[in-house]
Amino acid sequence: MTADLVAYAQRLGDDALVLAQRLGEWSSRAPELEEDVALTNIGLDLLGQARALLSYAGEVEGAGRDEDDLAYLREEREFTNCLLVEQPNDDFGATIARQLYFSTYQLELYQALRGSADQTLAAVAAKAAKEVAYHRDHATMWTLRLGDGTEESHARMRDGLERLWPYAGELFEADEVVQRLAAAGTAADPASLRDGWDRHLDATLAEATLARPDGRWLPGTGRRGVHSEHMGYLLAELQYLHRLHPGARW
Amino acid sequence: MDGQASFDAAIATDQRIEPRDWMPEAYRRTLVRQIAQHAHSEIIGMQPEGNWITRAPSLRRKAILMAKVQDEAGHGLYLYSAAETLGVSRDQLMDLLHAGKQKYSSIFNYPAVTWADMGAIGWLVDGAAIMNQVPLCRCSYGPYARAMIRICKEESFHQRQGFEILHTLSRGTEAQHAMAQDAVDRWWWPSLMMFGPPDDQSAHTAQSMAWNIKRHTNDELRQKFVDMCVPQAEVLGLTLPDPDLRWNEATRHWDFGPVDWDELARVIKGDGPANRKRMEHKLRAHAEGAWVREAAAAYAAKRRDREAAA
Amino acid sequence: MSGREPSAGWPLWEVFVRARRGLSHNHVGSLHAPDAEMALRNARDVYTRRQEGVSIWVVPADAITASSPDEKDPFFDPAGDKVYRHPTFYDVPGGVQM
Repeated sequence: MTADLVAYAQRLGDDALVLAQRLGEWSSRAPELEEDVALTNIGLDLLGQARALLSYAGEVEGAGRDEDDLAYLREEREFTNCLLVEQPNDDFGATIARQLYFSTYQLELYQALRGSADQTLAAVAAKAAKEVAYHRDHATMWTLRLGDGTEESHARMRDGLERLWPYAGELFEADEVVQRLAAAGTAADPASLRDGWDRHLDATLAEATLARPDGRWLPGTGRRGVHSEHMGYLLAELQYLHRLHPGARW
Repeated sequence: MDGQASFDAAIATDQRIEPRDWMPEAYRRTLVRQIAQHAHSEIIGMQPEGNWITRAPSLRRKAILMAKVQDEAGHGLYLYSAAETLGVSRDQLMDLLHAGKQKYSSIFNYPAVTWADMGAIGWLVDGAAIMNQVPLCRCSYGPYARAMIRICKEESFHQRQGFEILHTLSRGTEAQHAMAQDAVDRWWWPSLMMFGPPDDQSAHTAQSMAWNIKRHTNDELRQKFVDMCVPQAEVLGLTLPDPDLRWNEATRHWDFGPVDWDELARVIKGDGPANRKRMEHKLRAHAEGAWVREAAAAYAAKRRDREAAA
Repeated sequence: MSGREPSAGWPLWEVFVRARRGLSHNHVGSLHAPDAEMALRNARDVYTRRQEGVSIWVVPADAITASSPDEKDPFFDPAGDKVYRHPTFYDVPGGVQM
């Protein structure tokens, strides 16, 4: 049970950390100043979630690892984030597509987790649910504007949605860890998050004059630590300085 | 009372000039230029630090750095707001920046080469900026003064976090201490240049002071900055790269060595180490974002049409 | 003109904020946004850093009619005028030093 809880907290934390890292790349590059502030706000929220969850994972694990040990000293095969969040930013359309898929999922997830049997997860979820409600609204607003804006924005948004669609499936897969925890009332059963996700997605895409992609979902591998080739580069950038000075304080 | 007399009376009694007041055209032009260049500096300043967000060596430092860079975007926004009260649009000001017709603080034409530069920039560059900015809170032009008050409130944590980074590095491993010292060695002199040319070479100072835009001369602020930094450097356990730094008992100030004004002139003119990179980055972000801005505008127009037709 | 930003596309909005325990909305600045919904979102991000319990108003700048009690310029129409004396978005001739 403890090992499961550690794995679960780490998984949620890794999702948030990797997406925060991707959003950090937008700083000083956003299409407008106001949007730069907005994306960084979202990134900061996610980073806060990551720190809370990874710290908790380290605490429960009881091996003396803190948030930085987990963020900076694990390797590719030890990270359990979903593949969706590690995909590169590409253009703003792809970034918004990724935000739409992921923040809609996160809202369902955290709303469910507010009722977790684990007090810490419930508390993290209560705070995070408010944050990701905002994230989802932001993604929704932009999906509407890009989908129903110009021909070019419609095409780019559509491309982003289609390119990232294969990774959406992993969000709703349940492995044994999550099945056990869900049975114990600690975790949210990913399959139960699907309905709310579908409804919001369908409504948003319809209003945005975008077609819902209909390709197949790839089977998830991130929860087992098998990532895309992007992950190595992401970690190299995130970790190198910390690793270069073992044991140093910053 | 006619406009000029009202304006003069307001300046003489240190009152605010507001957007709807009469003002000399030269006053308006000076402010547009100064506020715009201040705003541009905040935006360009996001780059050297923004570079290090993805490589910050701890999650706490990453969060603090993201928040700091985000503040800078916000400061740019407040300042463009203030400039727009003078009859220009942000788009026009951006065009001028992109065309090289308006400038930004030349300090940002230096590269942020190591993590320790985050500390040096916070301690020295933000420190110098604060020294310039606090007096601006009493600037005669209301919107600029109010923007500066807001900025100064948020700025205090920036300098502290830079100082904290250097403090931790200085007391860390040998490699970390060396990193910190190297960064200070590279950022010290450029920070002194942030206060502008020496008073006897500064064309604008007299008029700006007469209009209560500027409250202290370049040299006064530069001296104040040096006096503040010397004891701080000692607390940090780091040296300043000036062999001529000496306490002057008579003046009660720290005497310091000659600033390389040629370097400042070169960097202002465009020959700084990172000038090209800063502008290319800004231009590219702007160009790549055009389709997004157009989409949002198009959507708004469509919605208006639909609502009108309904 | 190619590459020219449609500045009419992201017009200027004035932002008013009432702090959590405040009595009234105060003018805090302005921002650019394509529509009201985004103006509100951006105002939250930029002017309140998303503090809770804060009330925000955003108003298109050109929807505001202004007057000042002791008008310093007698040539101003005392019945009310734009928020800013100088017309926004006027064209600066090329080559003019700004």
